[in-house]
Amino acid sequence: MFNSVMIKMLLKGSVQTLYVSIISSVVAYLIGLPLGILLVTTEKDGLTPVTWLNKFLGVIINLLRSVPFLILVLVVQPFTRLIIGTPLGPKASIVPLVIASAPYIARLVESSIKEIDRGAIEAAQSMGASPFQIIYKVMLPEAKPSLIVGSAIAVTTIVGYSAMTGIVGGGGLGDIAIRYGLYKYQYDVMLITVVLLVIIVQIIQEVGTRMAKNMDKRTR
Amino acid sequence: MSELDPIIKIEDLSKSFTGTTGEVIEVLKDINLEIYRGDIFGIIGMSGAGKSTLVRCINFLEKPDAGKVLFDGKDLSSLSDKELYRVRQSMGMIFQQFNLLMQRTALDNVCFPLEIAGIRKKEAREKARGLLELVGIPDKLQAYPSQLSGGQRQRVAIARALATDPKILLCDEATSALDPSTTRGVLELLSDINQRLGVTIVVITHEMAVVEGICKKVAIIDQHHIAETGYVDEVFSRPKSQAAKRLFYPDDAKINSFVGSRCCRIVFDGSSSFEPVIADMVLKFRTTVNIIFADTQNIGGKAFGQIVIQLPQDNMTAEKMMDYLKSKDLSVEEVKEFV
Repeated sequence: MFNSVMIKMLLKGSVQTLYVSIISSVVAYLIGLPLGILLVTTEKDGLTPVTWLNKFLGVIINLLRSVPFLILVLVVQPFTRLIIGTPLGPKASIVPLVIASAPYIARLVESSIKEIDRGAIEAAQSMGASPFQIIYKVMLPEAKPSLIVGSAIAVTTIVGYSAMTGIVGGGGLGDIAIRYGLYKYQYDVMLITVVLLVIIVQIIQEVGTRMAKNMDKRTR
Repeated sequence: MSELDPIIKIEDLSKSFTGTTGEVIEVLKDINLEIYRGDIFGIIGMSGAGKSTLVRCINFLEKPDAGKVLFDGKDLSSLSDKELYRVRQSMGMIFQQFNLLMQRTALDNVCFPLEIAGIRKKEAREKARGLLELVGIPDKLQAYPSQLSGGQRQRVAIARALATDPKILLCDEATSALDPSTTRGVLELLSDINQRLGVTIVVITHEMAVVEGICKKVAIIDQHHIAETGYVDEVFSRPKSQAAKRLFYPDDAKINSFVGSRCCRIVFDGSSSFEPVIADMVLKFRTTVNIIFADTQNIGGKAFGQIVIQLPQDNMTAEKMMDYLKSKDLSVEEVKEFV
């Protein structure tokens, strides 16, 4: 049963999963990274305190994060159609993936930046650094190893979520698992897709952890 | 702006914080202070006295609730954010925990304030290299802070603070995390920088030894007020305020247990060389004295510190002993509180 057609399909599925995950991650980071920075700087003791904005963002992020992903996929379908043109297929699955993961990434970024020593920020302030300079010269470089670890977590989570979009024909390995495993009872195919997903997640996580460790100058 | 005007003038400054339960905590009250160009000025006080907040008011990391801070004649509260950033570039600051950027090398840490000031990379590196040489670690350019010892880290921090040619250098408990011998090295470096570059230095500390070691003038801060200010040798040999006395006799309990006859305090202010005065005196008079309190150290072959001794019962001998000590150019006075 594992003829060249099946192998081709599994390969295509893997590539699709990677494609959807990577595009979603990039777009989600474009939204989540600034949002995470904003969460830190607008805090009461932050660089530029704006308490109402901080609370507002906090509530929105928590709201989005508490919606179960499958529900979100269905709820945002009209919006997806508006942007992509169709609510189905791999491209369309990018929209709910971004909406679900951007708030998650914002929280990851927030906690990474909060890990850095307040003293380093105070020192930069004492030298006359502006808030913008502190963000891109102190906060981001100092938090870089932690941000990399966070992005490995985010991307692997997105890979997992992307499999769920198979339910709306989102393509990729998740789609194959649902069509063959759930609907056609071909459990061996399902097992292989799961193994492939595990391998993908494992590789991303390992690369992230190693990169972070190699670049961190605090221990060595 | 005359050269003789104070570089920092603090007028009626007050600062309070709101606690977690909404109560107002007064940290500084009616502070008045003048710091002159070229001085090494010590601000000493027990922990919680408000000294760290005071030093942060000088560069406006903390904005005072009331009062003024004049830096080089400029009222800091009248400046816009941008102007304030510029002014801060002419104030260096070093910290107890060094506060270096952990992901940058020593060289890049020193370049950091220059990057902020918009100086070109090549020029910045050149300057940073020179500064790391000045602070005595020219061989650690490419080391990361985690590879350096505490003393070396503080030297990098000092080089960094000096990068923008500041007029003043604020030191917030800069030696409190260092061991005594490293502390001595860093203090020597600070006083060397003061002399070579003419940078005014403000030293915040809770350690008497730091003030004795390098400061010319001192302000004693106690209970959110300035209790006393003056030249170090004067304040040290004739403390007027209770706060100053408390600082000089940190261990009250021990002193109280010695209740006896007359006591006298001998102050070594560096004018006498390090020789065994007390022992010589005992040998000369063939009468013992009781040393109640002693805190002296040898700095550059000169004696600094003080000794409190209990004089013998015999008034004649006691007077003679006092005269003997005075003849050795020591500041001697009777202390009544401990009798």
